[in-house]
Formats: sequence, C-alpha cells, structure tokens
Amino acid sequence: MENRSAKGWLYLLPAILFLGVFMVYPLIDVFVYSFEEGYNSASQTFFGTGLYNYSYILHDPYFLQAVKNTFILVIVTVPLSTLIALGISYGLSSIKALRELYQTVFFLPYVTNTLAVGLVFMILFRKTAYSDGLVNLLLGLFGISPIDFIDGPYWAKMFVLCFYTIWVVLPFKILILTGALASVNEEYYNAARIDGTRPFRIFRKITLPMISPMVFYLIITGFIGAFKAYSDAVALFGTNLNAAEMNTIVGYVYDMLYGDSGGYPSYASAAAIILFAIVLTITCINLLISKKHVHY
Amino acid sequence: MKVVLQHITKIFPARGRGSNGGTVAANDLNFEIPDGELVALLGPSGCGKSTTLNLISGLQRPTDGRIFFGGDDVTDLPPENRGVGLVFQNYALYPHLSVMDNIIFPLGNLRGKDRMTKPEMKEKAHEIAKLVQIDELMDRKPAELSGGQQQRVAIARALVKMPRVLLLDEPLSNLDARLRLQTREEIKRIQRETKITTVFVTHDQDEAMSISDRIIVMKAGVVQQIGKPQEVYDSPANLFVANFLGTPPINVFSASVRGGRLIIGEDSVLEVGGVSDCEVWAAIRPEGFILDERGPLCCDFGGLEVMGRDISVLSSNQAAVKPTVRSIISAENRVDTSSKTVRFSLKPNKAFLFDKTSEERILFTTARKEN
Repeated sequence: MENRSAKGWLYLLPAILFLGVFMVYPLIDVFVYSFEEGYNSASQTFFGTGLYNYSYILHDPYFLQAVKNTFILVIVTVPLSTLIALGISYGLSSIKALRELYQTVFFLPYVTNTLAVGLVFMILFRKTAYSDGLVNLLLGLFGISPIDFIDGPYWAKMFVLCFYTIWVVLPFKILILTGALASVNEEYYNAARIDGTRPFRIFRKITLPMISPMVFYLIITGFIGAFKAYSDAVALFGTNLNAAEMNTIVGYVYDMLYGDSGGYPSYASAAAIILFAIVLTITCINLLISKKHVHY
Repeated sequence: MKVVLQHITKIFPARGRGSNGGTVAANDLNFEIPDGELVALLGPSGCGKSTTLNLISGLQRPTDGRIFFGGDDVTDLPPENRGVGLVFQNYALYPHLSVMDNIIFPLGNLRGKDRMTKPEMKEKAHEIAKLVQIDELMDRKPAELSGGQQQRVAIARALVKMPRVLLLDEPLSNLDARLRLQTREEIKRIQRETKITTVFVTHDQDEAMSISDRIIVMKAGVVQQIGKPQEVYDSPANLFVANFLGTPPINVFSASVRGGRLIIGEDSVLEVGGVSDCEVWAAIRPEGFILDERGPLCCDFGGLEVMGRDISVLSSNQAAVKPTVRSIISAENRVDTSSKTVRFSLKPNKAFLFDKTSEERILFTTARKEN
C-alpha cells in the first residue's frame, strides 16, 4: 500500500511541480505583495506591511468604477448569453435541414480574433465626423437620433460592451449545449410523447434537467470568464479604459502594473486578490446551488 | 380493447446514395388481438416485431394499412391520443425524478375534465405501485433501484393512466435469468388483474411460450404463424417456426418420401400417409425420439448429457442439417455408451415434414402407432 501511494505521487510529480512553480508560488507571491506597501519589483524593496494597499484601491474611484463595470457585465451577460445559447441550441436540435450550416455559422465568432471582432463592432457602433455608424443608421429609420456608442453616454457604452461579450461567448455555449441536447436519449422523448406531454413540459421537466449539468457548467465558467473580462473592453474602447469609464477589474490590475499610471505592483496585487476572493465566493455559491438542482 | 391490424406495411426509406428501395420492416400484417389477452410478438432480431409495436403505439406511422382499437380507426391518431401505455426496453425512466414523480408524470399531462389534483395523482400512483409491488420505493431515484424494480416502475408508469392497450418492448431482456423468470410471472399476474390487452415483443421463445395467451411468430416483416403457444409448438406452419420454437431446438434432416414412407439417409423411419414421393425437410423434436434397439433410425453415437430428469443423447447423422442430433429421453433409460451407433424409433406427432423449397408444412397421416 505504502509502495503504491509512493508510485502514485511519483507519477503526479511533474504536474505538481509545474503547478507549484507556475500557479501556487505566484499566487502566494501575489498574496504577499498585496500586503507590502510600495513594493518595487526592480529593487525588491518595500516600505512596510499592512492593509494600506487594500485601503488605497478601495478608495480609488477608478477601481470602484471597474468593480461596478465588471459586476454589471457579469450580471447582464452570463444569464442572457446562457438563455440565448439554450434557445439557439434547442432550435438547432429541432431542425434537420441546414443544421450543419447553421452550426458552422454560429460557431464562427469562436474562431475569430477578439480584436478583429472589436474593430468590426467599432465600425458598427462608432459615431465619427463622417458617419454615424451602421447601427445609428438603422436607429435613424425608427426616428431615433444618433447615439455615440463608443464615446457617448455610459449606458450606451455599457450596452455595446455587454452586446459584444454575449456575442463572443455564445458560440462556445451553443457548442456545449447542442452536444448536451444531442446526448439526451431519444427514448425519454418517446416516453413523454406516448403520455401526451406538451412540448413546453417536455422541455422543462425532461430536457432541462437532463442537460442541467452542462447548463451549470456554462454558468460557472461564464461567471469566471466574465469576471476576468478585459480584452473585450480594450477591443472596443482602446487601452485608456479609465478615461472611457469602461475599465474592468482585470483592466485595473493591468493598468496598475503597466499602464500610464503603472508601476504599482502592490496595488495590482491587492486588486487581483480582491478579484480572486469575489470569483471564489461566487463559484462556491454556484456550486452549492447546482448541488441542489443538478441530479447526477 | 381489441386491436386489429389490417394490411399493415411499413417501409423505411433507403439511406444514402446508391441504395434503392428501402427496408420493408412490416409486410402486409393482418391480425387481431382479442380483448384482454396477453400476446407475444416473437421473432429473431430484425424481424420487424419492434416496428410492429411502434406502429401500434403510434410512434411510427404505417406506410400502408389501417390499425383499429376496438371499433376506432387509430391509424392517423398521434400516440398521445391512442391511449396506449408503452414500456421501453431500457425502461426510459426519467433519472432525475423519484419513482413517485415518474409514475405520476403521465397524469400531469391530463387536461380538461380529466385533470387531477396532486393528492389524487399520488393516490392513484400508490394504487398502481401496490399492484406492481413497489409501493415502498416511492421516494427513490431510478438509479437506486435494481433492474427488476426499474422494470416495475416502468410498468407502473405505463399503467397509471389506465391505457386501452399496454405495449412492452423486450420487457425482460435487461434482467438476469432468475429475475426474468420471476418478472414474467409478474407481468402475467398484472395483466390478469388489470385485464388490459397487452402486447409484448420478445426474441426469447421461452418467454413467449410461458406467459402469453397467443403468440405471433414473425420473420422478415411477415407473420409466419399465429396461435396459442402449445398449438404453434405442436403444429408449426413452416420450417422457420419449427426451428424457432423449442429448446433444445428441433432436429432437421434432409429426407425424402418414397411410397408413403419417410426415408432419412437409408433408413425408412416413419409411415407418412397421403404424401406423394418428394424431397422434404424432416424435423423431429428432441422429445420425439424413442431409444429402441430395433428402431429404424440409426445414428452415430456422440455422447450423453445427463440433466437429472432427462438424458440428452447426442448423436450424428449424415442427413442431419446440423452436426449434432439431440434427443431427449427419460433418465430411466439405460444407454449403452460403448456402442458406436444408437437406434431410435420416432413419435409421429413429434415429427414434421416441410416442402424442400417452400419450407411449408406437409401434413401426413399415420395408420398405426409406429412404436
């Protein structure tokens, strides 16, 4: 027995080593930095230890803005994208003709570069001196005066960011959900049909519970992904996110490290640790809820 | 509820390029299942028996022909309006619902005047659960049940809305041997208590013979014979039916009829009155052999299998289709195992003749007892 567990550890050693060096150690390091005031990575010096870094960023309006933005993004995009993906995959699994074509079309955004897509969105939404943008042209048809979605009011920018995020995360969710739907045994549907079950009841009472593990998987990874959002905002609003009021927590961390106001690894570490705490809490809550509602 | 199939044909369209025609899963089926009977659709895999069941349930539509329940033509009705209960081969119990919720699931679909309140549904479910003897398992999930218990839950779910016809697709195939024996008795009992017309599909002739009031033997989408199990066994309509029914299987010989006598190899073994000279298949049930030193049929002795009550004598014969001729004789007989040959006389009512080409039954008469 002793021998066997020794062997097991030996096999695990490479993975543990890598995880230790590249994940656990940096994590601990970041945790330590977050308590060291004014840490300088070049000279490896700091002034003192304490909660000062946390206190600073929690009073930093940019950070609070970033937290607000991130939360709005998460709360809007995760449920919406999951619902839309569910609808689309259910539709896909109900049609026979052209199903593969549609699947490919829905999957395209996944293989497209985020920044390139961001550029396309800019063109669609941006209002310049020469053009109002395609979206504004459409809105104009309904008699709505043009809105600057990229440099305009906060809600317009937030709308674009959410829209963009949903659009980017959809393909993966659709892929997972069509797979999940296809794996539900046809016999359950036949059994329900024999008993005269109406389509909506079949969906709610049979389909949904059967694919619930996948739905929860998507919700959990969706939350984590949305909390870590950064590149989407950059793609749309450029690198000066603080000025655009569109920064996210990860964006704030980046700015603190390398941005124009950068060079503050201590603040960045504290912000990263706060993000970590938020994600951990939300994920734990998610898991607790999913335990109650997922039956496998 | 009487179930009638009239000229039912089901053709599955061909798939892929280059294939033409399609698969005929049911070919001009005509039969009637009397009210309150337990009927087995019996046949080898791929013979169309499951398709026939699906046609009766409405999950599939026939290409041609009509289906009647009692006086109603249900051919164009969707499954939910036919009033059938269907038990699937692997039960299709909803894994996320408890036994209770599984059983009341069909009741939740009722609307209008049939609509039931939750307590009514539960009461009904308990009633049915008692019938199939699972009323102590109501809070469990299907995964926590044994195969036999899952089977009962599936039957309960099919029965709870009191279907006009109960359909079972290979109900026993997922159970182990012991449970299978027990469950088939159980199905018989439940059917007798509810008096619901029941059709079940099986490829196991033992199953079909033991519990059904009537069996329908199918092959390649065509009904071969319909009748009471014993009738079909005692009087198979063709070589396929003779081969398919009975364990151990019937022994088939390539034989001929000459001058009113059946000739197997060089032995004139049986008087077969009323049959003109021709080549035939002679099929003899294992219990149709009588060990007889002066018997007309001579076989090379191969070995013995003692099974307590009976002995089966393994032998071989040039004319036999299979390498081993198996005969079952009472254990009281003494078999000379040192002998190279073994001789039998035959029971005429256990021997059947079939046309060499059409494989249809050829009837014959016997004037006197051969033994």
